[in-house]
Amino acid sequence: MTANDRQIRPGFPALRPVGLSGMLVSFSDRLEEPANRAALAFRAAVEAERKAGIAETATSLASLFLRFDPEVLSHDALSDWLQGLLAARDWYAAALPGGRRLIRVPTLYGTDLAPQLEEAAAAAGMGVEAAIADLGTTRVRVLTIGFAPGQPYLGPLGADWDLPRQTALTAQVPVGALVLAVRQFVLFAASSPTGWRHVGQTAFRCFRPEAAAPFALRPGDEMLFEPVSKPEFLRIAERATDGAGGAVIGEIAE
Amino acid sequence: MSGLRVHQAGPACTVQDPGRPGFLGQGLSRGGAADPLALVEGAALLGQDAGLAALEIAGFGGVFEAEGDLRIALTGAPMAAEIDGARVAWNASHALIAGQRLSLGAVRAGCYGYLHLGGGIDTPRVLGARAVHLAAGLGRAVAAGDQLPAGRDRGGETGLALEVADRFSGGALRVVEGVQTPLFSPEVRARFEATEFVRGGRANRMGVALDCPGEGFAAEGQLAILSEVIVPGDIQMTGDGRPFVLLPECQTTGGYPRIGTVIPCDLPKVAQAPAGAPLRFCFVSRAVALEAEARHASHLAGLRRAPRPLVRHPGDIPDLLGYQLISGAVSAHHEPQGDSE
Repeated sequence: MTANDRQIRPGFPALRPVGLSGMLVSFSDRLEEPANRAALAFRAAVEAERKAGIAETATSLASLFLRFDPEVLSHDALSDWLQGLLAARDWYAAALPGGRRLIRVPTLYGTDLAPQLEEAAAAAGMGVEAAIADLGTTRVRVLTIGFAPGQPYLGPLGADWDLPRQTALTAQVPVGALVLAVRQFVLFAASSPTGWRHVGQTAFRCFRPEAAAPFALRPGDEMLFEPVSKPEFLRIAERATDGAGGAVIGEIAE
Repeated sequence: MSGLRVHQAGPACTVQDPGRPGFLGQGLSRGGAADPLALVEGAALLGQDAGLAALEIAGFGGVFEAEGDLRIALTGAPMAAEIDGARVAWNASHALIAGQRLSLGAVRAGCYGYLHLGGGIDTPRVLGARAVHLAAGLGRAVAAGDQLPAGRDRGGETGLALEVADRFSGGALRVVEGVQTPLFSPEVRARFEATEFVRGGRANRMGVALDCPGEGFAAEGQLAILSEVIVPGDIQMTGDGRPFVLLPECQTTGGYPRIGTVIPCDLPKVAQAPAGAPLRFCFVSRAVALEAEARHASHLAGLRRAPRPLVRHPGDIPDLLGYQLISGAVSAHHEPQGDSE
């Protein structure tokens, strides 16, 4: 931890209890790239220690959650241990995890299957064509998996896309819906109501309980939502029985 | 294979066990029985492992037929229960022999009743557990025509009953402070503790909405909160400032501020509170909460030795006139709770 980081983020990293058997290590109170990397790297370090009493870990956008057994590891002992690990290095300067992948997903933007593209483009001050060109060529990273099984929060999108959530919820978007708000995409793992705008539709299933690898994505993976025409999308959706929705997966060389 | 044939089932009967811990990082909440205490009680009545799966029945039961000789136990929210038309006790174990029909009516208190089989319900495990997780699309509700296969039963006594403290009508809930508690002013927190809430109309395995008259409970900077991890028991304040208490099948992250977390041993009271039941919150220190959890853990550990032979109530005995009755043989004092006929 450098003095500089403390000045930039007063009060962080912060350790706070969650219920009786949870601890949250927060690296920031807003979404920022170094805090997201810090959370991923710190999680990997905690997992590597295999400390008795820690039951599981999970990252959010800018934090790490630990579930522990207070009978085995007291809250205070865990705090001390985490403080030691936090002080060991500058986590904000950590590299992204290794073994990351780029997943290119055929995506239908707009039409009746993704009816809020036009509205979102207008809010971002773009025409529909320009919006598709921009969204369809922006590589976004899986910042965290959460809310529903395997469901990614992806970003960052360009500054034009810093759109607030809608005040009224969309009653239901289908599985595979690509929705947008606050410079992020969410790719819905299950049919759900949402306050985010439905700009694209994919045949990609993030959660495949029957598959050998039920969770299709990992934090740190990158995604590219490449535009396809409606007939092509319908063809892919019909053929894709494995849940991949025509996605092409490649390794990212570090 | 022996098991239970479902002839009729209420709309929200699901196979549940203690759930699937360990997938939080992948967005899958633990799930499992809404009232985990009921699983332990059923296991104690049948002398078996509390990790086995049972049928969780929300609100209204159904009609089930034994295929093969079975041992069963009934726990959780009490329901009118009959075997081939003869009333049987709740919080008790019974023999259900091949061809006999078990009918379960509507809950008389609480929300979730549980039907346990000797050997457990042996549906296939998915991701390490049998618990149906409706929100995640893992499994589905039980429907008429299904067979619930029984696992291998090592056998044991039936006709045992458990004394069970009431957790089916709301009450006081102990709460610990959490990450976002400081976002609520001391005045708001004090008013929160002083308010008598009632369970609202919206409730399922994901969570329970509470109602109260008057002003809601707002956090400062409510709209700017970064989405953060959720744990069961969290009390989130939704847009209208009313509490929503999260249960085992909740989402794994959320952006609504949370005023605190109901401690695990009080959570069955939330899940089991019927609509309109009164609920109050009281902040306690970590030390007090851990002590309460330790007491709860020793209560659970003692349950295995707690079942006692069922004292049959005359109303439950179909061929009553065939018995030689001795005045005073049935003591109201020893009647198992929940068997209120």
